[in-house]
Order: sequence, then structure tokens, then C-alpha cells
Amino acid sequence: MTEDKAAPVSGSILVVGGGISGLTTCLEAAEVGYEVFLVEKNPYLGGRVAQLNQYFPKLCPPSCGLEINFRRIKDNRKIRVFTLGEVEKVDGTLGNYDVTIKLSPRYVNENCTCCGDCEAACETEISSDFNFGMNKIKGAYLPFEMAFPARYVISSQIIGTDDAERCKEACKYDAVDLDMEAKTINLKVGAIVWATGWEPYDAAKIDNLGFGKYQNIITNMMVERLASPNGPTKGQILRPSDSKQPESIAFVQCAGSRDENHLTYCSYICCMASLKHVTYIRERYPDAKIYIFYIDIRTPGYRYEKFYKKIKEDKNVFFIKGKVAEVNENPDSKNITVVAENAVTGEKIKQEVEMVVLATGMQPTTKDVKLPADLKYNEEGFIINDFEKGGMFAAGCANKPADVVSSNQNATGMALKAIQTLVRR
Amino acid sequence: MDKKYGVYICTGCGIGDVLDTEGLCGVPKEEGIGVKTHPFLCGKEGVELLKKDIADDGINTLIIAGCSRRVNFDVFNFAGCIVDRVNLREQVVWSHPRSEFPALTEEQKDDGEHFDRLQMLAEDYIKMGMAKVEKIDLPEPSMLETISKRILVIGGGITGISAAIDAAKAGYDVTIVEKEASLGGNAAKIRKQLPNEDPFESLIPPIIEAKIKEAEAYSGIEVKTNSIVARIAGQPGEFTVTLKKPGEATEFDVPYPLPDEMKVDENGKELDVEKLIEVYNEYNKGKKDILTLDPDGELFGAVILAAGWRPDKLEGKAFTHLGFGKLPDVVTNYQFEEIAAKGKITRPSDGNEAKSVVFIQSPGKGDDDSDFDYTGSVTSLVALKQAQYVREDYPEGKAYIFYQHMRTPGLQENFYKSIQQDEGIFLTKGDVISVAKNGDGLIVEADNTLLGEKIQVKADMVVLAAGMVPATVDDPVINLAYRQGPGFRDNAIFNEYADSNFICFPYETQRTGIYAAGCIRRSMTIEESIEDATGAALKAIQCIESVNRGVAVHPRSGDMTFPDFFFQRCTQCKRCTEECPFGALDDDEKGTPKPNPTRCRRCGTCMGACPERIIGFADYNIDSIGSMVKAIGVPSEDDYSEPPLRFLGLVCENDAYPALDIAGMNKLTYSADVRFIPVRCLGSVNVIWIKDALSQGMDGIFLLGCKHGDDYQCHFVKGSELADIRMKKIGEALTSLALEEERVAQFQVAIDEYDKIPEIVNTFVEMVEKLGPNPFKGF
Repeated sequence: MTEDKAAPVSGSILVVGGGISGLTTCLEAAEVGYEVFLVEKNPYLGGRVAQLNQYFPKLCPPSCGLEINFRRIKDNRKIRVFTLGEVEKVDGTLGNYDVTIKLSPRYVNENCTCCGDCEAACETEISSDFNFGMNKIKGAYLPFEMAFPARYVISSQIIGTDDAERCKEACKYDAVDLDMEAKTINLKVGAIVWATGWEPYDAAKIDNLGFGKYQNIITNMMVERLASPNGPTKGQILRPSDSKQPESIAFVQCAGSRDENHLTYCSYICCMASLKHVTYIRERYPDAKIYIFYIDIRTPGYRYEKFYKKIKEDKNVFFIKGKVAEVNENPDSKNITVVAENAVTGEKIKQEVEMVVLATGMQPTTKDVKLPADLKYNEEGFIINDFEKGGMFAAGCANKPADVVSSNQNATGMALKAIQTLVRR
Repeated sequence: MDKKYGVYICTGCGIGDVLDTEGLCGVPKEEGIGVKTHPFLCGKEGVELLKKDIADDGINTLIIAGCSRRVNFDVFNFAGCIVDRVNLREQVVWSHPRSEFPALTEEQKDDGEHFDRLQMLAEDYIKMGMAKVEKIDLPEPSMLETISKRILVIGGGITGISAAIDAAKAGYDVTIVEKEASLGGNAAKIRKQLPNEDPFESLIPPIIEAKIKEAEAYSGIEVKTNSIVARIAGQPGEFTVTLKKPGEATEFDVPYPLPDEMKVDENGKELDVEKLIEVYNEYNKGKKDILTLDPDGELFGAVILAAGWRPDKLEGKAFTHLGFGKLPDVVTNYQFEEIAAKGKITRPSDGNEAKSVVFIQSPGKGDDDSDFDYTGSVTSLVALKQAQYVREDYPEGKAYIFYQHMRTPGLQENFYKSIQQDEGIFLTKGDVISVAKNGDGLIVEADNTLLGEKIQVKADMVVLAAGMVPATVDDPVINLAYRQGPGFRDNAIFNEYADSNFICFPYETQRTGIYAAGCIRRSMTIEESIEDATGAALKAIQCIESVNRGVAVHPRSGDMTFPDFFFQRCTQCKRCTEECPFGALDDDEKGTPKPNPTRCRRCGTCMGACPERIIGFADYNIDSIGSMVKAIGVPSEDDYSEPPLRFLGLVCENDAYPALDIAGMNKLTYSADVRFIPVRCLGSVNVIWIKDALSQGMDGIFLLGCKHGDDYQCHFVKGSELADIRMKKIGEALTSLALEEERVAQFQVAIDEYDKIPEIVNTFVEMVEKLGPNPFKGF
């Protein structure tokens, strides 16, 4: 915790979104000496990166950086975190915003010690959103082991059931509060940074790629959960139809991205993500055959190029320049045949594999539902920053598709933009 | 501080069910220290109990035994009190079920044969906590006498100017140092600029002039052209900077460390200290020592390195198949931009109009589909931009772009798409085989294109997508008067870019208070450079404000401790100066270290390195950890017929310690004969702790910390690597004592590898059990 003697503070900052960008903006501003409110809609911080197994190109676990960031929050009394919170209304103007935030009930209060007795007592199982529905979890759950805040959640799905009562009874610490209600709070802040992030593009919308139709077609984000030690398979990458260890896997790049019918832009991360997934697979299955269907391999810069070069050395990884036209399932083996045209040779390729990964792109969370504030968006729903006007800024993938390192650069800068707004008053 | 101790044991979360609470209470009681238990210490009532003891009984040093220190941090936080947390929950009861570690029956108690491993573990941890708090104090901040809040920006290109404006907007004074006669850098040498805002479809006029005007309007921004940095001495908050004209030699030019080949004599033997100093002085003749501050130097609080890039000249023979260096009309993208900025595009060879231009993105040899060195998405985008120049200048003009991978990520895809609409621009993947002379023009041959197998294109000019070489390839630029040398260390890992190794923390370098931005970090567009500059400006401001509060910057942000040196016992071995990952120490001629507290990140690597053990922090020092080690009970045959072995695990508190906690939460089980002590970084582990543990009869010791190597995960860059080197050395020392070197080991574990912890721990324990007990036990 800091002892503040000469912090140049004049007003506070609201950061909306507790993913890696929001965390970064929040911490970087608070460590200059400003008061920051961080509002996150999930019951935990970390956002999308909390679901990742490793970062490219270092292949290091995101929980490592998150843990340091959580410690920075713990040590900083300038930060107040609200989970399960969503901004309902923003009134006022630059330097003087009045923000209404709705806090949904967690049904677990600050008495929670994370002992896990409620989870043990709960009988109902619900689908895990964190794991993209690939497994079930108890109705009383800790989002993940390193979750911050370290506090259980009772799912609203079991509220009103006997199970909820069982959880309450099981708790020795009177931490389960089934009467908890949603409430609203008001914050007065000088600047707002929207770090509302992204969501994976809904692969089911891409008709020709068979997601949701064939079991053994999964998305890149599902691969992250499968590969994670705390994922639904405890780190094993198995194909869904029969939990077999796949011996051949195809990656379909630009699944939705660079496509006028879906996402018109390039989602920035999917090429590197698939190359990273190759390393996941190779670590587990030394002989698996991997086919990557791509338009361009976008690994710009020395670091990414080096990573790509290393993957290319693998004799069992095949790169095919060509957009995938269709996929078919063999109803007996549940194998998938990927059909594409090789853009260079013109030859039609039919490759049968045991599992297909769709490298789906990112879409801003503000694509369909806009934020309750005076913001400008581009056609795809990304927030456009108006630095002339100031006061409110978008950071990270709320602003544009980006990788983690660029998001963090951007989010660090947005902390300064917010501070400038306060200083200018 | 007059310490008044209190031990508080929480019996909740299963602790009281598993452990003998009375036995635990006996530990402090034996020392005459008060102890209380509570079934729910983190609850309201429990905290009230603590607060009451603090207020009424003057307790100011609390040992709280319960859950991990990673949780309830805010609950057990009492102003003016020392608090230590003893982890009985995650690392004792949750990770050691009674089914595997049974409690003693009444008959078994005190029979000299049976023992309760779990109770022993918990009691040891309480003893260790008590030993620790005795040796630590509350930290007080280290304040500089005067602080400069001015920011130095090195480089007056788009990145430097943007950083200066952003810092000035937040109220900070800035000096921009630019080596050329005017501001602008490479951004001032272009005809048009890539789109920098929605919808990212068309080229825009360069914005650099407007940016320069904007900067000039700020009274707080000072510009020094025709200037470079001779040296930056001192530390954040009080950097003393000497500037000079390019090419000028001054006495405050920074001295360079001796290259390795000069440290040995003609026979390859290492020079002695005196000789080394002599050679060093000769090597740096005419330059003042790094510790001499320039009386005319200017003071700065922090530095932004925005020295940018130079065009890659593509010298050498590697590109002869492309005609480069041989055919005058084969040019680099930079040369092409120079031509385009002057007017219509014409050929260098004869000044004729260049109406057909081929752009080559990849050298295209063999199977290699890489772009040129030091490129990135910006070089793909520049080719698209320059192709459009051809079309602007000549309605019938044609541009061909041969690429392996068109790299226009994110929203820049829109620009690519808009270029694809132009019928005069042909884009194709292809391996360029050759560029040759064809009459008075050129002919380009390419294979494996989207237009057919082998194709030939006639061209007036050929443009190669050369890279942007960061200034740090040629020169350290920052010229730090640091004993470890003038530049960032380890830039070789980053292909000589001044980059950060951390994905989560992109501005963290190995030099505190110096933040790189723009193309010195990686190739960037103007838009990306401007954005990066803002982040670097924030970090510079944050560093200054942290120094102003006397606290550390990342990753121990807010930490008020700093290393204290007991100089009377210093033997001038220089290890601390050499090993500090951040170059925080500068030794003088004799070799006595001079600490620079605001350069320090508080990792404790110096403390781990010091053979005299004279370095420590208020709340973390040789004695505090040493006393914890000594507090560990080592049972011998006097106690039991077959005493359990005893192990020490020194674990990185950032990653390995949380991994141990998560293992506990997952109820993963491992040996109960290991005592874990968290350390700030493995780099802070002093071998004395290991020697003491061995001489005390402990049977095996291991370090658990972050991965090292080029993709290091150590938050302090070098800590785990240095520890590894020290452990290897200690192995040799063990052998000389007739102890097996396997008794000391280091393991790498990432924070998410909690599932591997049982195997790591148990394998080590079993291995040592096979070796048998430490022969020094009982001595």
C-alpha cells in the first residue's frame, strides 16, 4: 500500500472493464497517484486473458501477470473494485461525470473464506460459461482458482431452489446471503476509460464451417480452455465426440474475419494464436499432423516472425494458402473433411482430419449493444477515440482488434489521457 | 520500534479440525508470547479481537496463522503494525489430508517412535513466523533531497514529439533532444501518410508539421536540436544529463566498460585489479568517471527513449538476385519515398517517368517466406501506400506487389481492401526469383504466384521492402553512466530493439526510469508510434511520482523498502554491482558499491549475491530469513527411533508461492516434511541460508522459481537465472564437504503449473531419502 504524500490528485477516474486492458489502465493511473474505480461485469477480474492457457510468443501463463496485477490492486488504496457491475447511465460532462452503476447480487458476502463447503453441498450443476459450456460446474462456484476477488458466487440459476438453501446451511461463516438484491451506486468521476473488450465471433454464424453442427469442430478459444491445467479436461486436448486424442487437426484461419459477410477486418491475433495452438498440440502429441489453411500468415515484426519460423521447421505442420470452402463430417468416424482450393496451385484439396479448429475472430462487446454514454463507434462497433473532445476514451480491444502487448501499450496511454482530462480542468 | 507480540491462530476452514490447536498454542506460550485462537478470525468478530488487542494491549507485531497471505490482505492490515501471515490453510491442512498424514493415537504420543508430521509442520510454520517478525521492521520511504520532475525525451521524431505533448498536457516540463537540425525525423520525409483513423481507407497528408506546431505552442516543452546525449548519470528523480553536439568529444562522454578481450593479458590470463583499472582508464582516456557528476549537467526525473530508426541499407551480397546495388533502378522503399516526396516518381538511372513499378516484400530465396529484416506490418502497408503513389502520378501507371504474406492486421485491413479496388495495382503472393535488366528497363521473374506458376513482369523500377533498423543497433543512445554499461542490457534477445520482454508490462525495461517508445521497440506505423508515446509518457510521469513518494516502481510498486548496506564490512567484491538486474549499483574505483535507491526495484538480488551478507531490507534480510530457517525443527535419533527427514523449500513469492496455494486449493498432496519460505525473488537467495540449513542437519534444500532463458518469466529479469548459477556453485562446495550435491536443487515452475508441484516436491524428497540423512545431523 502506498503512503501518499504528494500525489497530484484532482478528481478520479472510472475504468469500465476489468480485463487486461482495464486492469492496466486502472493500475497505471492509480500508481501515478489518482483515485480509480474499476467496474467489471463478471464476478472476477481478468476478462478474456483469464481464459487463456498461454500468451504468444513467450508461451507464458497469463495468470502470472494477473497475479502481479492483483497484488498491485491489493497494495493500492487508491483503487476500488466493483465486480458484477455494469454502467447504467452516464450524466454530466468531461471532468464532471455522474455515473450510475448497477451491481448484481453475488449472493455471497465478504464473510466468504473460500473454504468450498457451499460448493460441496450444492447438488445442481450448471454449464460453465468460463469453459464455453464444455463442462458443468456446481451452482456455487469459485470462477477459477486464482480469481480476484477470491470469493465464491452463487449462480442466480439456483436462487429459489433447495440447493441454494443447502449452500446457505453448509456455510459456517454466514457468507451466503440469498436475500442479496441488485443495487445501484453513483460515482462522480472526472474521466472514464471504456475497456469493455471483445467476445469471440459466434462461429455458428459461419454456415459453411459446420460449428455447432459437427461435434469435432471447435473454436480457438475452446482450445485455450482445453489446454489449460484448470480447464474442463485438465489440460488434455481431446476431440469432443469420443474424447480421443486427435492424430490430425486442421486449423481454419480467418473463420469470420476478413469476410464481408461476417467481420470485415482482420482480427489481429488469430494467426499467432493458431501457431501457439500448434505448440500446445505438439507438446501433447509429438506425431500429430497439423494442417493450417490460411489467406496470409500475419506474424509481423521480429518476435512473431521468429515464432512462425520455428513452427515452420516442424515437418508435420502443413501450411496451405487457401480459404476453406466447406467442411463435411463422416458420420461413422466423426472425422471432418476440410475442402479448400490451394490459391497457388489451383488444386482442390480435401483433407480429412480428426478435429478442426476454427480460428474465429474478435468482435467488440459494443457491436450490438451500445454503451449508455456519448460515444462514437465505427461500423463494426469499435469505439472511436475523440482525443480533441477528451473525457472518455476506449482502451484495448474496445477500440480496435489487438494482441495483449498492444492492448497494454494502448491501455497505459489511455491512463494518461484520462489524467490529462483531470489536469486540464 | 518496541515490539509487542501477539500470535493469533484461526481454527476455521478446517484448520481446527485437523490440527491440535492446543499444541499450536504451546509454541508461542513456551516463548512467553500471548496467543489467542478464533474460529473465524477474518470475520467481523475476529478482526475486532485483533483491533482490541492492538488498542488495549499495545500489540503491534502480529503473527496471524490461518489462510495464505494472498487472501484477506485488506482484512489483516493494521496501520503501524507488523503483520506476518502463517499459512496453515493452503499449505498445511488443505494439502495434507489426515488420511495420508494421520494424527497420533493416545498410545502413540510420546512413544519415541511415532510423530505427527502435520502437527510438526504447522508448529514449525508458527515458530518461523515468530522468528521472522523479531527480525523485521516497518519500512520507511527513501526520499531524495531534491527531485526533478522534468522529462527528457531523446528523439524529435513523431514519437518523441507526441510523448512530449502528452507529458506537457499532464503538466510536466519536457526537453526534447534531437540530433538533426530540425524536428520531425523520418515522419517529415514522406509524401503521404497511412490512414490513422476510421475508416482507415485512404492516405492522408503527413501530420508531422501540425504536431511540431502543437509542441512549439507549449511553454513547458523545450527543444534542443543538433544535440545528443553525452551521458545520463545519477538515478530517476535526479538524472544529471550532459548534452553535446553530434560528433563532438567531451569529458563527460560516457566511459564504456572494458570489452572482455581487454580484460585478459596476451596469454589469456585475467588481469589483476590494478592492471584492470589502468587498462580501463586508458580505454576511456579523457572521459570523467561515471561517478563524477557534470556540474553543468541538467537535471531530469525520467527519460523517454524515442530515438527511432534508420532505413536498412541492405548492404552485402544477399540481395544480388534482386539486382540491388547493381541496377540503379532497384531501390529500397525508403529511397522510393524520398523520390516520391520530391515530386513525380522518376527513375534514378535516367530521370524518366517510372510508370510501372514492382514492389517486393520478401527476398524470396528457397523456401523462406520471411520478409526483410526489421520489417513488420508497416512495411506491407508502405508498399500499398507507395503503389498508390504510382497511380496518383500516372493515370496509366501500374504497380505490382509481390508478397508472401500481406500483413495488414486489425483495422488496417480496410486500407488493403481499398487498394485492392484499384485496377492498376496488382497484388500477388509470389517467390521473386530474379530482377534483371531488360533493355532500358527491368524484368522481374516470380514463381508460385496466384496468377500462374512462373510469370515475368516488365518494370521501370523495383522497390524492396527494406526494414526499419532501430537506432540501438548502432549505438546505446542513452549513454548511461552506469557501471554495467551505457545501454540497455540483453537487447540481443530482442534483435537489438530496446524492447521489453514482458507481454503484460510492455514498458518495463532493465533500466528504471527510462522508457522506450516507437520504432526503437519494434517497427511501427505513425499511428502506432503516437499511441506508444502516450504510454511511455505515462510511465515516465509515474516513475517521477513514485520517486517523489519514496516508493518503488513496478513490479513492487509502492514498496517503501530499499536495500541497506553495512559498508564497514564490504570487501569490494563487486558482485552486487555486477549482478543487479537493473544496474542500480555503481562501484567506485575501490569497488565499493554506491547504491542508487530510485534505480532499485527491490528484488534483493544484491542481498543474495553478497558473500559478506551486509545487504538487507527493513522487512526482508539475511537475518529474517536465516532465523526462519533456524526455527525449523530438525528431529534427530535422540527424538525418534526413525526421525523424519527435513527439507527446506525457498520459493519465489510471485509465482511459485501462489502455485503452492493453488495446489492446496485443489487438494493436491505432497510431502509434509518440507518447510517453505517465500522469497522476493530467487535472485535474493543467499547461499548462507542453504549452508545454515545443511549444517543444522536439514537433508535437502530446493529453490522453486520462474523459468529462465531468453523467454524468461522472472519479474526481476535475472533472479532465477542467477540463483541457478549460485546453486550450481554450491553443489561443487557440497562435494568438497563429502555431501551429495543432489541435496541442493532448483526447479522451474510457472504459476499455472500447480499440478506439477506434488511430483516436483515428492520426487526430490524421495531422491534425498534414498541418499539417507544428512551426515551432519545432530552435530
